[in-house]
Amino acid sequence: MSGSRKLLLVGGLLLVLWGMSYGLYFALFDEHQALESITASLAAAFAHAAGGELAQAHAALDRYSAARFEYLREVDVHSHWSGLALLLVLFGLLFEQLAYTERTRWALAAVLLAGSFIFPLGVILQTVQRGAGPEALAGTAAALLTMALAAVAAGFARQKG
Amino acid sequence: MDTTRHRAATAAFPAGGARRLLMLGGIALILAGMILGDIFAVFILHQNAARIGEQLLAAAEAVAAGESQAASDPILQIGGPGGLLEHRGTTVDTHVHIIAFGYLAVLLALVLPYVDLSEQRQKQLAGLFLFGATLLPVSVFMIYYVGLAYSPLPSIGWASLFADFGGLLVIVACAGFLGGLWRHLRGGRPPSAAFELLLERRGSSRLLRVGGTLLVLAGYLHGGYYAAVHRAQHERRDAALLRELVQVAAAENLPRAAETVNAYGTLQAEKAVHIAAHSHLIEFGTLALLLTFVQPFVFLSEPWKRRWVATLLAGSVILPVFVLLELRWGLVAGGIADLGGLLVILGLCGMLVGLLRTTGRLDAEGGAAR
Repeated sequence: MSGSRKLLLVGGLLLVLWGMSYGLYFALFDEHQALESITASLAAAFAHAAGGELAQAHAALDRYSAARFEYLREVDVHSHWSGLALLLVLFGLLFEQLAYTERTRWALAAVLLAGSFIFPLGVILQTVQRGAGPEALAGTAAALLTMALAAVAAGFARQKG
Repeated sequence: MDTTRHRAATAAFPAGGARRLLMLGGIALILAGMILGDIFAVFILHQNAARIGEQLLAAAEAVAAGESQAASDPILQIGGPGGLLEHRGTTVDTHVHIIAFGYLAVLLALVLPYVDLSEQRQKQLAGLFLFGATLLPVSVFMIYYVGLAYSPLPSIGWASLFADFGGLLVIVACAGFLGGLWRHLRGGRPPSAAFELLLERRGSSRLLRVGGTLLVLAGYLHGGYYAAVHRAQHERRDAALLRELVQVAAAENLPRAAETVNAYGTLQAEKAVHIAAHSHLIEFGTLALLLTFVQPFVFLSEPWKRRWVATLLAGSVILPVFVLLELRWGLVAGGIADLGGLLVILGLCGMLVGLLRTTGRLDAEGGAAR
């Protein structure tokens, strides 16, 4: 088995385990609390507004937006880690069909694996720190991943048989 | 067609073996997930969105009337336990998890020649995986209906706990397969030669590999574009519209509140079509890549194989593109998107006919040999 195939199969299955374990942790310890917080803050906003307390209503809406921001990113991270992991395993099975040398294939596999882990990591870090750092990390990893995917498509297209 | 090649390829999936169990289980899961997705789109999605709008308007009317309790009740109807968002969320989660587990089962079946475990252990792990992969989505689907009945916990019901247990079983099974793969890489038995026969280098297989990768690439490019250009703006508009809604409702301006609720609904639709386009492009791309492994079993001439592949790929592009255009062209775009879905199904049916011809030919040859 070639090094690139090894890297993608082992890395992909490890990422499958990581993505699913994160999903299990999220479902057990975070999801219900997050959904409760989102609903409670929105309900409080409307209740305060009915009582004529607009400042409190707006504060409750701020809490709602913050909780929803975090929840959506946590769900996205679970689905992207798991989805990208499936793609890595799939490419692992097909990678030897690429019209590149093994050295290039290995480099592509490494970029795909690193991008697949770092891109969702950058997204989840946005829930900890809202600055440009996590966004830049996610953006850079996503750009690398996209370029690697384009190179894979070109490699399959160039393959002569 | 080379019958020896077909026989060898079919031998790679022995009856009653772990590989066939995972392959058939995976295909069944993918089909179940797609059917559920269609049912969800037709019977739940739009009705659910309309009810959310009605509840938001009811909350705004209660705010205008100065009734605090009546203002928060409709919100609990939307987001609380047994609410509209839970119904929508659990149905989407069921659809997404069934299909993802189906893809994973098929991939594990293909990886199995590199997993250095006894056939009996492989079958145990395959059974464990398929049990967990069924338990999780079924339990997630039941969350809305079971609620917190007889639950020992204040906010997590039995259905959620069973879903989590299903997820744990899938993780354990995957860890077992990974352990077997690791043993193989550290010098275990050589893989079955039959596996390599599953890959065709040229023709329709190459078209599927290139097309599938381009679809996945398009899906990620669209996701990146949405994240960079629209996501933050949508989140700001979401917050601003809710802020405006409570403000105009408190000022007893109900016609304006109704307009704001409509604008809020349009925003949710905008978000939904972008996410649907992103996820369907990637899903169809993954499906096309997986179908690469099926092509050696499709007993059709190469031009016909290519036609079915082209039909599938055309539908895979048309559906997400016209889902995106639904916001501008409304039902016309929706109809064309449905046509794209139909093309995907037609392409799959064409390949299925080729597969059935393969098995029919092998059966006939087996009978002649006897």
